[in-house]
Amino acid sequence: MILLLLRRDLAQFFPFAGSGGSAGAALPVIFFVAVAMLYPFAVGPDANVLARTGGGVIWIAALLAAILPLDRLVARDIELGHFDQLRLRGLSEEAMMAVRMAAHWMSFGPPLIIAALPAAALLQLDGPTLHLVLLGLLAGTPGLAAIGLIIAALTASLRSGAALSGLLLIPLALPILIFGAGALARADAASLGFVAAISLGLVAIAPFAAGAAIRAVR
Amino acid sequence: MRGDRLLFRRLSLDLGPSQGCHVTGANGAGKTTLLRTVAGLSAPFAGDVRCAGSVGLMDERSALEPDMTLGRALGFWFALDRTRERASVLDRLRLTQLVDVPVRYLSTGQTKRAGIARLLGQDAQIWLLDEPLSGLDTASQDMVSALISEHLGTGGIALIASHQPLAVPGLTTLAIEDFIAPHQSLSKTGDLGETGA
Repeated sequence: MILLLLRRDLAQFFPFAGSGGSAGAALPVIFFVAVAMLYPFAVGPDANVLARTGGGVIWIAALLAAILPLDRLVARDIELGHFDQLRLRGLSEEAMMAVRMAAHWMSFGPPLIIAALPAAALLQLDGPTLHLVLLGLLAGTPGLAAIGLIIAALTASLRSGAALSGLLLIPLALPILIFGAGALARADAASLGFVAAISLGLVAIAPFAAGAAIRAVR
Repeated sequence: MRGDRLLFRRLSLDLGPSQGCHVTGANGAGKTTLLRTVAGLSAPFAGDVRCAGSVGLMDERSALEPDMTLGRALGFWFALDRTRERASVLDRLRLTQLVDVPVRYLSTGQTKRAGIARLLGQDAQIWLLDEPLSGLDTASQDMVSALISEHLGTGGIALIASHQPLAVPGLTTLAIEDFIAPHQSLSKTGDLGETGA
């Protein structure tokens, strides 16, 4: 049952999933690469400046890209009665939200990590920095997915939920950004441990928080 | 209860195998709320609901992903419910021609029929139908009535909220107006009971 649900959620959210996927699913990745492409135009092609600040730009782009899928993450399936039907079949809201979080992460985390390679080339990052960026994204994107899910579930019943969820995600994602980008400034992988720890905590909490939120709007 | 408003009280209903009940009432009287309460999707303010057996709900929301083709969207629920006779369910509801059409291009009646297909695939003992006839053409309405009769004939239970008369023999009628709560009566307790066997 869980596997079926995961496959259905992935078909809905994973970019390039073929006929079943919706057209907007690839947008976060395109947006992410577009920011990395625009940045050198904005600050000039000085390789030193780019290499020093590029890692931070990748982090900001990743954070903003994580906001884009939030409006369709939970609200639409509440409207469709999808969660009600699953509830009637004995599935708990927590399990639905855990599956949704996994599908959400898979559809933007790994694509973003792959897209970080061309982005790093555009920003002229060196090898060790790229290494830290990739590890950081690997540790940080599950946390971003968890925050995104909680916010999407909480704002699902609000009319202007989509705009609000962007505003709410930014402060909550600050710790991940500080430790993730901080690792680049000091060239020190140790603070990525903090990123991973924050992500782990958030991933553990998110299904319960989001599950309680969708139960409340029912 | 819907929001902070008590909709009905002292409502008691008991349905056994092969029994069906037609719930009537004006818009906003609480038919949908009654069905959702029986389904366990919202809690009664007072009283209790007991259901024995699997519950299938069909309301105005199809629970079918608009961007997927009908075949895929229904296929998900069929796979979840381990439906064996998928082809005959689709055939019965005249959806076979539509399996490659994305759900968002379907008309109201076609979406309704797809919702009924999902319900049939679930093979639940207790059917909760919210306005099963709305948006359907005459032929489809007759078909839905026939499906309900068949369901009751095989020992099923059906609770149906509808404005239209139902051509199903042996249905009892429950007018929700008889149990309506005065608006200021939040402090009083309502009693809601439903037993399915």
